[in-house]
Amino acid sequence: MKFLPLIFGALFRRKTRTIFTLLSIVAAFLLFGLLDSVRGAFASAGNSVAGVDRLMTISKISLTVQMPKSLLERISAVPGVKDVAYANWFGGIYQDPKNFFPNLAVSSNFFDLRPEWQLSAAELKAFHDTRTGAVVGAELAKRYGWKLGDKIPLEATIFPMKSGGNTWTFDLVGIFHQPDPKLRGEEGQMFFNWDYFDEARTLGNGYVGWYVERINDRNAAGTIAQAIDRIAENSDHETKTQTEAAFQANFVSQFGDIGLIVSAIIAAVFFTLILLTGNTMAQAVRERIPELAVLKTIGFSSRSVLLLVLAEAVLLIALGAAAGLALSTAIVASLKASGAQLPLLPVGGEIWLEGLGLSILIGLLVGALPARRGMRLRIVDALAGR
Amino acid sequence: MSALVEIRQLSKVYTRGKQKLEVLHHVDLDIPSGDFIALMGPSGSGKSTLLNLIGGLDSPTDGTITISGQRIDQLSENALARWRAATVGFVFQFYNLLPMLTARRNVELPLLLTRLSAEQRRRNAEVALQLVGLGDRATHKPGELSGGQQQRVAIARAIVSDPQLLVCDEPTGDLDRQSAEEVLGLLQQLNRDHGKTIIMVTHDPKAAGYASHTVHLDKGTLVDQPAAVPA
Repeated sequence: MKFLPLIFGALFRRKTRTIFTLLSIVAAFLLFGLLDSVRGAFASAGNSVAGVDRLMTISKISLTVQMPKSLLERISAVPGVKDVAYANWFGGIYQDPKNFFPNLAVSSNFFDLRPEWQLSAAELKAFHDTRTGAVVGAELAKRYGWKLGDKIPLEATIFPMKSGGNTWTFDLVGIFHQPDPKLRGEEGQMFFNWDYFDEARTLGNGYVGWYVERINDRNAAGTIAQAIDRIAENSDHETKTQTEAAFQANFVSQFGDIGLIVSAIIAAVFFTLILLTGNTMAQAVRERIPELAVLKTIGFSSRSVLLLVLAEAVLLIALGAAAGLALSTAIVASLKASGAQLPLLPVGGEIWLEGLGLSILIGLLVGALPARRGMRLRIVDALAGR
Repeated sequence: MSALVEIRQLSKVYTRGKQKLEVLHHVDLDIPSGDFIALMGPSGSGKSTLLNLIGGLDSPTDGTITISGQRIDQLSENALARWRAATVGFVFQFYNLLPMLTARRNVELPLLLTRLSAEQRRRNAEVALQLVGLGDRATHKPGELSGGQQQRVAIARAIVSDPQLLVCDEPTGDLDRQSAEEVLGLLQQLNRDHGKTIIMVTHDPKAAGYASHTVHLDKGTLVDQPAAVPA
């Protein structure tokens, strides 16, 4: 602690240079915080413990190809299957195309298969009893200021109504909560009755987008999935059944290997940062060689000088890292509060630890050579400017 | 007075490529405790080299240097650093203060190597600054002080840990006459009133006049010297 004024003094000896270097470090760690938040969001897709006993059945051809609803009874009859629900992507727009959120038509038992979501019994009953009833997540309701009893008009992009027109109007009868903060994004969805949807749409009647099965034994998921897929084998609507986690992981992988892409970007950013700060530190120490020689003259050991320069490098990077991470924390929090539909996890302790750990490593790396130079300087030569 | 500094057959040879340059040649010198010695001689005569060797900043090629009974030519690099911190104060021609630190922080630097508390360090630094007449400039940075004031801060830094020996390399070489006289008067006061042993390299005969003895070096050899103190 007693050396801090000396280290800070050395760090801010050239204020402009240090501030610009700090800004570049802040930018690098801001990017790190944001990108790691994105990576975390994608990595956590399908990680819900609550979903380990759920399977999803989609068309073997593509998620966008529908399957006959007649499969429902046969899937329900597969040994090990407890419940089967189904859903259709609706793709309606609320007021403006920019207001995107997932909205789906779901079977009446859909919420039974999602016990982790908190929806009151009264609201669930209202959903069952109201043909045009809709349930939305708390985050979505907050975003648009919806409350129970509101009418929510959605403009259809795929399914026009039989009665003519594209505007489907739903009655908000329930608001559900996802207690797991990591999965809070699930609160950005809207669900309404499939029966109403199927009766009122002009095309695709009697077909569903996917089935969701709750099974008795998660360890038998593979066998049960195979049994389900055997039902439609060699038909024109063959299916592909997998665990919900596998489905979500596959879905995410359509965007590419997000983890690898993000890691590559972060690595490139930090590589540049190492070159930049390494150069700054080398220059800073080169300029201060006579001052380091003075320290050694008055009794600082070579090791002390080495540690002082290393501490200076680590402090520089750690200060920038802390500021960058704080900024990314604030930005992600404000983006989430504004309801922006971005795959972001809150920048929490794990990212902070990772970031600060990285900052120490980078500090040691960029400080190593200048520190070694300071440690090895010969006092007489350095004082003489040789 | 007993000899604080005992130098025997001291030689220093610098090697530059294939060339060997003997800067000091079998020097014998005793400096009594409490003495104020001026080292004079032409450029390249070996004055600064001898001073650096006495201050433990460099190691001799041959010979011995004993200070307060301790052979410093035999100390390891770390031991020598500890010895310098405890025994010697340095004053340079160009002050060599750290520009980003205040006068007080500069003076405090040697005390960072001690176990003194922050409060004790601050107090000692302020006392040293008062001793050199700069008690009211403690919070000024070197850039805000004149050359003479900076040199006095450097002297305060040299004496703050109360070393026996002050080693001064051309301490007035960068100062105007008035500032030089103030600095020399201060060194004389430290020698006279506080018993500091001072070895000062100078080109200036007037500066040398402040010392109690003058030793001349020429081509690495002592030309005249005070009589060695009998053991």
